[in-house]
Amino acid sequence: MVAAEKKSSLDSRSLQLRKKILETFSLGGRGHPASALSLVEIMRVLYDDVLRFDASDPNWPLRDRCVLSKGHGCLALYVLLADKGFFPEDELGKFCKAGGMLGGHPEYGRVPGVEASTGSLGHGPSIGVGFALNARIDKLDYRVFVILGDGEINEGTVWEAAMSAGKHALDNMVFIIDYNKMQSYGTVDAVQPLEPLADKWRAFGCAVVEVDGHSVSELQLVLRRLPLQDGKPTAVICHTVKGKGVREMENNLSWHHKSGFDEGVIAAMISRLGDCVA
Amino acid sequence: MVHELAGKDPRIVFIGSDLGHGTLADFAREIPERFFMEGISEANVIGMASGLALCGKIVYVNTIASFLTRRCFEQIVLDLCLHKARVRLIGNGGGMVYAPLGPTHETVEDIAVMRALPNMTVVAPADAEEMKRLMPQTVDYPGPIYIRLAKGYDPIVSADAPPFLIGKGLIVRNGTGALLITTGITLKIAMEAADLLNRHHISSTILHLPTIKPLDHEAILRCAGQVAAIVTIEEHSIIGGLGGAVAEVIAEADFDSPKRFKRLGLPDIFPDDYGSQDGLLKRYQLTPEHVTATVRSLL
Repeated sequence: MVAAEKKSSLDSRSLQLRKKILETFSLGGRGHPASALSLVEIMRVLYDDVLRFDASDPNWPLRDRCVLSKGHGCLALYVLLADKGFFPEDELGKFCKAGGMLGGHPEYGRVPGVEASTGSLGHGPSIGVGFALNARIDKLDYRVFVILGDGEINEGTVWEAAMSAGKHALDNMVFIIDYNKMQSYGTVDAVQPLEPLADKWRAFGCAVVEVDGHSVSELQLVLRRLPLQDGKPTAVICHTVKGKGVREMENNLSWHHKSGFDEGVIAAMISRLGDCVA
Repeated sequence: MVHELAGKDPRIVFIGSDLGHGTLADFAREIPERFFMEGISEANVIGMASGLALCGKIVYVNTIASFLTRRCFEQIVLDLCLHKARVRLIGNGGGMVYAPLGPTHETVEDIAVMRALPNMTVVAPADAEEMKRLMPQTVDYPGPIYIRLAKGYDPIVSADAPPFLIGKGLIVRNGTGALLITTGITLKIAMEAADLLNRHHISSTILHLPTIKPLDHEAILRCAGQVAAIVTIEEHSIIGGLGGAVAEVIAEADFDSPKRFKRLGLPDIFPDDYGSQDGLLKRYQLTPEHVTATVRSLL
């Protein structure tokens, strides 16, 4: 190892989930691997420690609703849903393939556990507001988690929904921002700067907290104690690294979306998982 | 009407954008938990409606037709149609009702655009009475529905019989010379044209199609088979609306005798004058007189 490298702090579960993501991506032959890798700890803590669900009854009315609004990060979602038993694990092997259940973006009605079809960005927040208002109308205590990409929040609809959630004082609603600082063309700073990001969410009516989006303990601490403030939706800004855990992918724009790669390259990445610099 | 339905059915929710002061005030007062006025944010309104519908609610969304179909088009496609969400889009002032306000407020392509979407139902009632007959049927109808309203106080020309059913054409008048096909307010134009044609000893069938999607193919083919000339009349672009939909059906039909066919609608332009809806209907020759002349030229 060269001096700049350090051994990853990722634990065995985080590494195992990443391995599954890369294997699924490799079998599918295409996908958004780096966008999924920045999400792993967020999704893991949600499904392991936070969300109320019953994988055998995915339409259970009292379940918490989790919407992956950055649908291109679906590899992370699929791996967790399979892990929890929403569908058989062998479906992962048919990712993006004809006849498979799992497309390059998650589809409602096709994948158990997927609450809304996403892929076109900026749709999840408003759908989430509808879910949260339904809970209020029917006096149910489920919560709504909407996971957003940082590039995604360029979309104006995100802010329309944030205003709406603030107006309705939806403290059963949580916006989680995967702030990996990279979008498709370049860095967030170069394409459409978001700072001061916490102030923006605060100004739209949310209670805001910033966390290390790869720290399982920090995420647990925040996501187990929601809402941050009664009468306000919560925004959790997760500072993450695009491609986290795979050295060649970390902060590397060429891995935002990838197809036509050599399977051997992915196998080598899997063997070196966790040898990361960021 | 939506207030009355909501009073009986706890699944019904209303969302407006920024409607006129006092709109549905009784609803807002009596059932505040299911009445939302969400501001000028159509895309957010549609997404929110989808979220509520996916939880089992039946959501009525109301604003001006141009904003309801254009600004939030992707939300309609994905959040509603792809999810088969039971959301009812009630577009005020479809066509050229807002003539004095110009092309930003007029909607002359909505039928074409909405009917191209999988899972969408498209209805354009002729008048307020037909709308009243439509509304109870919208409650449990599957998937999203786009309802193109006119002014709301148009002359009442529709009748109870034959009974109104979503997806069914209504034969309003029977004749053997020509077939006039209408949707929305053009039913009135066709009825007046049929009277004028009678004076020329031409009897007309009027097939009124409040539902443009799903289209009543069977009624169109049955009526068309009996006449030599078919004319569609719509307050909509000539591209892709009622005329286009009917053309698709009759072009693939195998009639025993040849047919002449003409679509009457707006040319492929944005409405290019102000004034009134009636004035613009005349400007674009959507009049009983022009319908009459068209039929005569075809026979």
